[in-house]
Amino acid sequence: MASLVIAAHDGAALDPATLNAATAAAAFGGDIDVLVAGGGTAPVAGQAAKIAGVARVRHADDAAYDHLLAEAVAPLVVALAGAYSEILFPANTTGKNLAPRVAALLDVAQISDITEVVSADTFVRPIYAGNAMATVRSRDAIKVITVRGTAFAAAALDGDAAIEPVSAGEGQALSKFLRQELSKSERPELTSARVVVSGGRGMQSSENFHLVEQIADRLGAAVGASRAAVDAGYRPNDFQVGQTGKVVAPELYVAVGISGAIQHLAGMKDSKVIVAINKDEEAPMVQIADYGLVDDLFKALPALAEALDKAGIKPR
Amino acid sequence: MKVLVGVKRVVDYNVKVRVRADGTGVETTNVKMSMNPFDEIAVEEAIRMKEAGTADEIVAVSMGVRQCQETIRTALAMGADRGIHVMTDEELQPLAVAKLFKALVERESPGLVILGKQAIDDDSNQTGQMLAALLGWPQGTFASDIVLTGEGAEVTREVDGGLETVGLAVPAVVTTDLRLNEPRYASLPNIMKAKKKPIDQIAVDELGIDVAPRLETLKVEDPPGRAGGKRVADVEELVDKLRNEAGVI
Ligand SMILES: Cc1cc2nc3c(=O)[nH]c(=O)nc-3n(C[C@H](O)[C@H](O)[C@H](O)COP(=O)(O)OP(=O)(O)OC[C@H]3O[C@@H](n4cnc5c(N)ncnc54)[C@H](O)[C@@H]3O)c2cc1C
Ligand SMILES: Nc1ncnc2c1ncn2[C@@H]1O[C@H](COP(=O)(O)O)[C@@H](O)[C@H]1O
Repeated sequence: MASLVIAAHDGAALDPATLNAATAAAAFGGDIDVLVAGGGTAPVAGQAAKIAGVARVRHADDAAYDHLLAEAVAPLVVALAGAYSEILFPANTTGKNLAPRVAALLDVAQISDITEVVSADTFVRPIYAGNAMATVRSRDAIKVITVRGTAFAAAALDGDAAIEPVSAGEGQALSKFLRQELSKSERPELTSARVVVSGGRGMQSSENFHLVEQIADRLGAAVGASRAAVDAGYRPNDFQVGQTGKVVAPELYVAVGISGAIQHLAGMKDSKVIVAINKDEEAPMVQIADYGLVDDLFKALPALAEALDKAGIKPR
Repeated sequence: MKVLVGVKRVVDYNVKVRVRADGTGVETTNVKMSMNPFDEIAVEEAIRMKEAGTADEIVAVSMGVRQCQETIRTALAMGADRGIHVMTDEELQPLAVAKLFKALVERESPGLVILGKQAIDDDSNQTGQMLAALLGWPQGTFASDIVLTGEGAEVTREVDGGLETVGLAVPAVVTTDLRLNEPRYASLPNIMKAKKKPIDQIAVDELGIDVAPRLETLKVEDPPGRAGGKRVADVEELVDKLRNEAGVI
């Protein structure tokens, strides 16, 4: 049977995490449809139609689904569910909010954060902050799944799927969107960046984060943070990398003044190359890093900026 | 208003868990167990509501083995009024926990249910959303702020792009994120007082719900390891290695 991928978006653009979920869907070998829900989302549906391997975009162009409120969107997904053997969501905050609501309405288990599709009913997922990997088999007729983006490549955008309108009955108006406060940044998005430079409690203040940003500017990197740095208000919540924040796996992850608690490692230990800058050589981050620089960050970061400049790697 | 809070007993967050040699799970014998950290935040939030006069009773619920009573006692020592222990030795998965919570909600009629966003053992992040679905209630997940208004609740949520505030009708289910509050420690007098607070014990069968697991765990393995541990002497060597050895800059 076919797979349904639920698109994440902000009303204007497709969230790239949807592309990783589409790749996971391809592992099932059936037709792939994508659901785009929300008023005035024709541009998003247009982007979704380009996802390689997608057969149809099912477009619910209705303001009732704006901001993808779970109370409104879950009944829509449930109304479409009968035609699918699996429904996949990106494991971002949109998918994590919505998928369990869909699963419960369908009376099926949800399989969280899968990193591998072993077969149509068997999946691998991390548990205990990624300190163990569980292989689980679902006995349910419909598999409701959230997909860990870092474990699946992004699907290409060279497709040309048909866009078909869908509608469902009135959703439940149990909640309403009031407002949002989004972090603005010129830098690449954290979960899809090729390079991430993160700062921890060792940064000591919000102002000092400019030292991290100087490096990020030279490497074209996204900036991340540990929980301690977020709790202390050095950076907003959406910068948090870890078990209970964002999961990243860039080609290069630079951890500055971060000790390497298991909860932080859970969010970045699949990075290709890890650099630790820390004054404590015993810090777990230094132990697991490919390149550990044991030094005071207030000395090392300005020196690193200069060394990058000398090597011709200048702010972009 | 009555508030129901979930308190799951999990392996303490400081423990580095080990996969059992036979691949059936992780080692939990002689391992320190604690209340799920997100549930401490849930209990704290309910207590603050009681202190502010918006809540009048806090019921802490834990489901699982006999020792879950200790987790409930911790919640009572923090300031919850009474406990409910749904007892079973069998594995409970999020859908089953949500169904059991629904049965308790029907008995207790709370105005608000506060759960953690995620249990740090299974890392599911499902139960609150499932419970809201089963009850037909709104959900305020990953909350960093809860404001009770005359008509309902305004919940600020930690989302990927920053913060989002939603207005919810009540009753509702809210799940806690890390920045909602800083949980208190129980004082010694309160630990003593908690010993006298009542805990209802309910056998899982009494609730008449099919709790059989829907997901079968076939095996549990170690994650792929990393070599790591190499040092560089200075920033020049670092730049050189990143460029010429790793090829990432
Ligand atoms: C339920 C729960 C969920 C959690 N989820 C997450 C999560 O998702 N992400 C996360 O990151 N954490 C998470 N944590 C927190 C985690 O356990 C750690 O507390 C946190 O990661 C520590 O952050 P840190 O490394 O910045 O701070 P610390 O552990 O305090 O480390 C600071 C480091 O900076 C170094 N340092 C200090 N000054 C300097 C200097 N001048 N130069 C160089 N180095 C210096 C120190 O040597 C030290 O290694 C969670 C915890 C719990 C209980
Ligand atoms: N066995 C349980 N007993 C009490 N509360 C639970 C239990 N399992 C899950 N919960 C609640 O549901 C939240 C999310 O758990 P999960 O969906 O498993 O990640 C937890 O933080 C608890 O508040």
